[in-house]
Amino acid sequence: MLSDLLKWGGKRPDSSDSAEAVVAPPHGDEPIVASKAFPKLLAALASQDSPVLLDFGPVIGTNVGFFGERLGCKLYIEDLLVDLDRHTRAGTLDVLPATFESRFRHGDASVDGVLCWDFFDFLDKAAAQVLARQIVRMLRPGGAVMAFFCTSGVPRASYTKYEIVDDTHLRHKYHAGTGGARRALLNRDIIKMFDGLIVSDSFLLKNNTRENLLRRR
Amino acid sequence: MWKRDEAVKPNTPAGTGPEPAPSAGVPPAAQAVRTSPATANDPQRGVERSAVNIGKSVVIKGELNGSEDLTIEGQVEGKIELRQNVLTIGPNGRIKAQIFAKAVIILGEVTGNVTATEKVDIRDNGSVDGDIAAPRVAIAEGAHFRGSIDMQRTGGKPGEKPGDHKAEAKSAQSGQPAGAAAAQPTGQPAGTPAGASR
Repeated sequence: MLSDLLKWGGKRPDSSDSAEAVVAPPHGDEPIVASKAFPKLLAALASQDSPVLLDFGPVIGTNVGFFGERLGCKLYIEDLLVDLDRHTRAGTLDVLPATFESRFRHGDASVDGVLCWDFFDFLDKAAAQVLARQIVRMLRPGGAVMAFFCTSGVPRASYTKYEIVDDTHLRHKYHAGTGGARRALLNRDIIKMFDGLIVSDSFLLKNNTRENLLRRR
Repeated sequence: MWKRDEAVKPNTPAGTGPEPAPSAGVPPAAQAVRTSPATANDPQRGVERSAVNIGKSVVIKGELNGSEDLTIEGQVEGKIELRQNVLTIGPNGRIKAQIFAKAVIILGEVTGNVTATEKVDIRDNGSVDGDIAAPRVAIAEGAHFRGSIDMQRTGGKPGEKPGDHKAEAKSAQSGQPAGAAAAQPTGQPAGTPAGASR
């Protein structure tokens, strides 16, 4: 009883400490958000002949059709959220950097585009650095990487998957998972992490997401 | 009285004719059935042909060739080749094989590369670990996929035209500046092009 009183009168939990509870909205009600970086990525891919594209998100049928039929991409689905979720549940996130070292079968300079979405938000520094190094290794000259970064480290209780609506819009869909802590990377950390690439475009959206497009010269 | 009526009534819908009696030697697990000429997923609509089911208890190791539509509910390891026909992996199907077919519909689990000259369709709860090569690929929400998807390489005859969109993409990639796909990302207003492509 005393504890109830203390709780009532005590300090309210800080919103930044608790995970952002995300309830899956009904199908079709997910927000559609205009993307500034996505059209730039499409332009970069369209300039390549049969571009090879790496997608770090879960497979989405409409995205496959968009990239395959519209741009003639060869698409590789590398659903890293599955790995992250598995290691989060097992409490083995410390082995994630080693996993990233050996996970990708692609050769050096063999990929024209990488869709990172917001995956880097959920990684610790070591894992993020290894993944970034792998991306730089795999990316061809002229290739592009699209990545979203949060501006505040509010934890999430689920993930987001991004469905392409059209050339400039993405539907942010609920994707079940453990979620977890998110790290808000500084711009200079991003630049350092992707050593060898340049940040060609950076946009701050109204929802406080930074959309970055990184290119290899 | 009621029982006598049921026994007289045929099970098949009107117009398809009487179903042939199953032969005594064919086990129920792997039997040929006559399909309706207008099923929803039938690319050869209007053409009456037979389909074969491989039942849940059947395990096949080796090479599977044929010229009939096939539904697999059992396990197959090796290679499946139905170049002119539709292959359906049922919800209970477990395949560890390379697949070549005209169209592949996946409701079960496939480990191996899938090549189709028309379409690969991974339905809800279907799972593919492998590379897909087909001019059209449909993946339902809830399906699992890990591998690559190549919609350029048809895996069939070299002269085949898989679809208009692919032709557009090819013309754009050939370096023509007026190519629709190449011009769309930078200049087109939101909404129209992608909607048209799906």
